[in-house]
Amino acid sequence: MFTLGSVLDNELKSTVEDFSFETNFSTNQLMLPNIEKPFEFAQSIIGLEKDLQENENQLMFHQQKKEERKERALIKGYKGTTTLAFIYEKGTVIAVDSRATSGQYIASQSVQKVVPINSYMLGTLAGGAADCQFFLAHLGRICNLYELRNNETISVAAASKLLNNILYSYRNYGLSVGSMICGYDTRGPQLYYIDSDGSRLKNSLFSVGSGSPFAYGVLDAGYRWDLSKEEALDLGRRAICAATFKDSYSGGTIKVYHIDENGWVKISDDDASELWYEYEKKEKKEKK
Amino acid sequence: METYLGEKQQARQWSPYINNGGSCLAVAGDDFAVIASDTRMSLGYSIKTRYSTKYLKITEKCSIVSSGMQADIFTLHKVLKSRAQIYEQKHGKPMSTDAVAKLVSRLLYYRRFFPYYTFNIVAGVDEDGVGCVFSYDAIGTLERVKYSASGSGSSLIEPVLDNQVALKNRNDIKKEEFKLTKEYAIDLVKDAITSAGERDIYTGDFVEISVIDLNGTHEDKFELRFD
Repeated sequence: MFTLGSVLDNELKSTVEDFSFETNFSTNQLMLPNIEKPFEFAQSIIGLEKDLQENENQLMFHQQKKEERKERALIKGYKGTTTLAFIYEKGTVIAVDSRATSGQYIASQSVQKVVPINSYMLGTLAGGAADCQFFLAHLGRICNLYELRNNETISVAAASKLLNNILYSYRNYGLSVGSMICGYDTRGPQLYYIDSDGSRLKNSLFSVGSGSPFAYGVLDAGYRWDLSKEEALDLGRRAICAATFKDSYSGGTIKVYHIDENGWVKISDDDASELWYEYEKKEKKEKK
Repeated sequence: METYLGEKQQARQWSPYINNGGSCLAVAGDDFAVIASDTRMSLGYSIKTRYSTKYLKITEKCSIVSSGMQADIFTLHKVLKSRAQIYEQKHGKPMSTDAVAKLVSRLLYYRRFFPYYTFNIVAGVDEDGVGCVFSYDAIGTLERVKYSASGSGSSLIEPVLDNQVALKNRNDIKKEEFKLTKEYAIDLVKDAITSAGERDIYTGDFVEISVIDLNGTHEDKFELRFD
């Protein structure tokens, strides 16, 4: 059985999911099929758009068009999204939509795209939902272990670096993770963008997902470091609303979170289309 | 890749997956859950068998239905059943529904690079006695919902549940006035899967329906169209 390069958790020794009573059933490695080119097989089975673009040169199907290859994919994982986060004077604002699509079918309008890592750090989900859910939950466990061992809270930089190293070792396996790690630590509000390609970027604002170009438009236009809390939350909400309006892969409800020195708080949860009509009404009133 | 004659070679790709069809659904109420699946197993244009179970009772308070490839469904259910038994013997109590839901998600993600071709729904009552339904994609994305449908008839069933359980796009009834009773839910589930059997060729033959509440699980079976 193939073993992967990365060990998810050093302590757990079992290599294969088996039923012997000595092990604890926890696996630190994901199973790979026992065939010649397992990663290509995995990538061709699961239809996640990102890996098809990356491996244009590597796969045997480089002659075929991208659309044909996408249709071949038997299993369509849930993806498509708009998430954004930005830091400002008083903390971090995170806003996400809640739609998950499987091909052209809307699989769910109520996905939780923000995953708490601990009481002062949140991770966002974009790309493959299962991949993000699994790795962010794993990051939460690692951070908890760190805090128990070292008796101090883990910094956002360290947590994002841990996730980055794990994902780098799974590079080219066809994972699709576009997550933002946001938090508030001793250095103030922090925001890192982590990618399944292995990138780790630090910036004051990011938007990730199929609707990110639309969100960036609103976000870049209204962003300042010295926003008030109300203005910042409204900016995040408006940006996602604009993205859900124009992007078919985004929609559902718009959730807004805020992180400051006291930890993270969920601010609001509004239906995307109803919010759009409310903004329209407000604009009409202001014009009069 | 191109051969020396300039012809394009179709790469032979190994694919171990087949879709045996079938539909599954589940609806959760305040203190109960209803879960149902058909039992037809198809391959291409033929019906391989009219009775092939897609339903597994994991504990008295939790069950799973799966659609997709029958071989993977069988294996996943086998693994799940033994894991639940081992848990019960190790911990002295049956697995809670939340724990089962998380376990299924992990079992599916363990096979991230060679997935189980199954589309699962777990339903039951949680520790507080509230009905719950968990829906998954093939690689283990977990979401707790009030209702879910999967399988070949899912795009026929899901809109009906959106309208009748979540009251979406309805002008005749208000959410505050509506209460989902057990009888209403059972009738709705029966009607929904019967309607799917009318329009989906892979759904039909028999339906296994089961109602889960704090008193336990009550299983039943009825017939659909055989054509």
